[in-house]
Amino acid sequence: MSTISRRKLIIGGAAVAGGASGLAVAATVARRYGLIPPDGGGLYGPGETLTYAAQRLLTRHSMAREFAPGQISKLPFANAVDPLGDPFKKLQAGGFADWRLAVDGLVARPASFSVAEIRSFPVHSQITHLACEEGWSYIAQWTGARLSDVLQHVGIPPQARYVVYRSIQADWWESVDMADALHPQTLVAYGMNGGELPVGFGGPLRLRVPRQLGYKSVKYITRITVTDNLKPFGKGLGSASPEGGYAWYAGI
Amino acid sequence: MADSVWAPMSGSFAPAATSVSRHSAVVRATHWLTALCFLALLVSGVEILLSHPRFYWGEAGNVLTRPLFSLPFPSSRGTVPTGYGYVLPDQNGWSRYLHFQAAWGAVLTGLVYFIYGSVSGHFRRNLLPARGELSWRSISTAVTKHDESSYNVVQRLTYLFVIFVLFPLVIWTGLAMSPAFASAFPDAVSVLGGQQSARTIHFFISVSLFLFLVVHVVMVAVNGFGSRVRAMITGNSGANKEVR
Repeated sequence: MSTISRRKLIIGGAAVAGGASGLAVAATVARRYGLIPPDGGGLYGPGETLTYAAQRLLTRHSMAREFAPGQISKLPFANAVDPLGDPFKKLQAGGFADWRLAVDGLVARPASFSVAEIRSFPVHSQITHLACEEGWSYIAQWTGARLSDVLQHVGIPPQARYVVYRSIQADWWESVDMADALHPQTLVAYGMNGGELPVGFGGPLRLRVPRQLGYKSVKYITRITVTDNLKPFGKGLGSASPEGGYAWYAGI
Repeated sequence: MADSVWAPMSGSFAPAATSVSRHSAVVRATHWLTALCFLALLVSGVEILLSHPRFYWGEAGNVLTRPLFSLPFPSSRGTVPTGYGYVLPDQNGWSRYLHFQAAWGAVLTGLVYFIYGSVSGHFRRNLLPARGELSWRSISTAVTKHDESSYNVVQRLTYLFVIFVLFPLVIWTGLAMSPAFASAFPDAVSVLGGQQSARTIHFFISVSLFLFLVVHVVMVAVNGFGSRVRAMITGNSGANKEVR
């Protein structure tokens, strides 16, 4: 019996040692291949890292489902946002003619675009599902420029890893990795269901990230910043969401 | 010399000859890990539910859509019409973090259990009903006369249903709500009827798992809470019974 227990003890010890070094190797590999999300520390870090790493390994190039025109929701729901301030109202009164979308950071040619200039990029439309983390959803047709076209226009270097984007509402900012930033369905949207993008749904410009939940599709975007490091932004957790208790990666 | 040093350890690894282990170490460890993860999933799931206690069928649904049904609960969001004059505090952030972390814990634990159960013969020996056991007679016998030496046919069928039907379904419908999962495996969503259908099915499976938990705990209590819980912790119920 003691022989069995000694053998079991050795096997158990080896398993623990192997498991620990396996975890260390896995962490190193994960960091190397960008599989750890910016909010991958703390209590829920292991779960977030598993989710993000699994998605990046399995769904890097997957396409969000697109629907038939007949499946567009008759009654889409414009979720409540914080009251829009005077700067927004002034721009709205001017028909958003003076709205600017700045693109800066790790780019060759920083630029600032009007809505008309964004409209001059090749037009793309998609009928996709927008799901809120609360549980509700709607299907709509979104029209806009590919974020990848805008980024290629300003020139992004190979070391670019994330794209940070901000709303005119100061406390609403998000970021995505390059897999989502350069994804062909990620749009700088200005149109919805064949018309202009209504203010309630994020007009004049909204970033549309159909492979993630609605809160990543920031309304009223004014600035896009390309970076290789999210640490200097806010509390360094990647976006405003983790600072408010919500996950940075919202593909699930 | 070495033997006398190691001898006290043997009890925790190999059962003494006088009393036989009721549950193997892997079954015990995975049981409690699953229990812990399930409780976390249950609490966080209820919190997530409270942000939108309405259910729909099909791909999409929101407060402007007629629900399939809605639960008579207050909500943590002011945009949801509930009939209550107040809005609960928003707990969705940590609830979602916890829900997915616990889901990973449950899935990885389930994987270990599944491999062990297949390789060790645990499923075949302890959960698969014997031939001839699948009759109304043996089912009614199982209900009226509790044979303690091994799982009876009702227990076996219930455990098999929970392990091989409810758990896979709750994982599948949970994943089907993920926009990224849906992009990679669109058919896994459409066969369920859409993402809102997946959410509705996920709710009913979760309720079924909760009811299983209630019945399970009641049955344990009826049959001797102390000895049953001890058996699932130490493997030894004190009696000479074998359910390995």
